[in-house]
Amino acid sequence: MSWFSISALVTRSALHRPVTRLYPFERRTPYPKTRGHIEFKINDCTFCTVCAVKCPTGAIVASKKDKTWAIDHSLCILCGNCVHDCREGCITQCNDPWPPMRTKEIVSFRQDFETPSSLKTPRGA
Amino acid sequence: MANTTIIPFGPQHPVLPEPIHLDLELDDERVVQALPSIGYVHRGLELLAERHDFVEMAQVAERICGICSFIHGQGYCQGIERLMGLEVPPRAVYLRTAWAEMSRIQSHLLWLGLSADAFGFESLFQHSWRIREMLVDIIEETTGGRVIFGSCKVGGIRKDVDAETLQRVNRRMREIEAAFDEVANIFRADRTVKQRTVGVGVMSAEDAYALGAVGPVLRASGFASDTRQLGYAAYGELEWEPVVEQAGDCYARCEVRLREISQSIDLIRQCLANMPEGEIEVTFKGKRPKGETMVRLEQPRGEVCYYMSANGQKNLERFRVRTPTFANIAPLVHMLKGCDLADVPVIVLTIDPCVSCTER
Repeated sequence: MSWFSISALVTRSALHRPVTRLYPFERRTPYPKTRGHIEFKINDCTFCTVCAVKCPTGAIVASKKDKTWAIDHSLCILCGNCVHDCREGCITQCNDPWPPMRTKEIVSFRQDFETPSSLKTPRGA
Repeated sequence: MANTTIIPFGPQHPVLPEPIHLDLELDDERVVQALPSIGYVHRGLELLAERHDFVEMAQVAERICGICSFIHGQGYCQGIERLMGLEVPPRAVYLRTAWAEMSRIQSHLLWLGLSADAFGFESLFQHSWRIREMLVDIIEETTGGRVIFGSCKVGGIRKDVDAETLQRVNRRMREIEAAFDEVANIFRADRTVKQRTVGVGVMSAEDAYALGAVGPVLRASGFASDTRQLGYAAYGELEWEPVVEQAGDCYARCEVRLREISQSIDLIRQCLANMPEGEIEVTFKGKRPKGETMVRLEQPRGEVCYYMSANGQKNLERFRVRTPTFANIAPLVHMLKGCDLADVPVIVLTIDPCVSCTER
């Protein structure tokens, strides 16, 4: 039994560089499997709305009539049900995390409407 | 009876990670009795499971708790698979077992850090969490999530892990074991840890059993009971023995968790060495669960029970979870009787309270 059993570990830690990263200046490369955010390509979408039905939190809203598709990133729990159930393969899960949100961020798509370039990649990526 | 004072403890307290309230009746500095009350983080997840599709609910079951998330998902899927009579492929079973053990290690490391923080040992707290971070990275690499694994689904698992990644996991487990042994030696040798935990919150094996204690709280009192002995998942094919300590005090509960981490590392190694090849899921197109079942699993905090009843519809008729923290509240109240006020935070933490599990 001793009072200073941690001293060797603490001294070693003091002499080494920190194990933490200087985020956001220093970022770790995401692993290939990391569930980052949902990405959508409207060109192949048939607006079958299966993704909206399968979404457990109601984050996806799709309309066959208006040919629109929208995702609320603050509701999405990245379960991957939409990716798995999309028959056309137009929903993918990227491994870059969606940046922290200050307000609710809903990204909407409409067919025959060109997606603004700022929405093609997530903010801060 | 002497004059007693009632001191409220929680729901907001620096040592508590989650909200539980205790009314402590004190005679001077000594606790005469403690009255617990819960109900601050109820979310109604059981009812939600009864209203949605049973396949989607595997995701929700995993969110019952942030720490034992994977085992909640595994328990839910095992229950549904039993109701539908599905045979999960062996590779999925072994991967589930490995992830459940990773979940146990990260939960115990988190607890070791929190307990070190509770008795004022900040550097030990940070070092425990440093090792936990190494493990959480492995979990992210193999499943895609750090806290919510999201890898368990009804009928198997979502994504396979390739052989190269499994080898890397094996190598990194060695690094984690070396780093953990160093921290475990500090827990075992340091006078600060012993002064705050030895002889505090003692509970005999008879009391622990009679009050329905589960998990490390029961095993630290000398009662060798572990739900993994039922042999669910791959536990029946692996070599292991439940970790038991005899003293029944806070130090014994700490020692049980320290030894369980080493045991879990060994179980992960066994899973990786015996990993079968083949399919990772079984399809069940058109099938729906029917009947009722009860599933018992060993979470990091103890035994968890799931009751499921289904009538062939797409949603369950009844879904009920009995979590280990709920079972450990009665032993906690027993342990608090007669202790000093300053020891209350340490004793409360040794049951590893997870209130969000308890209230769902």
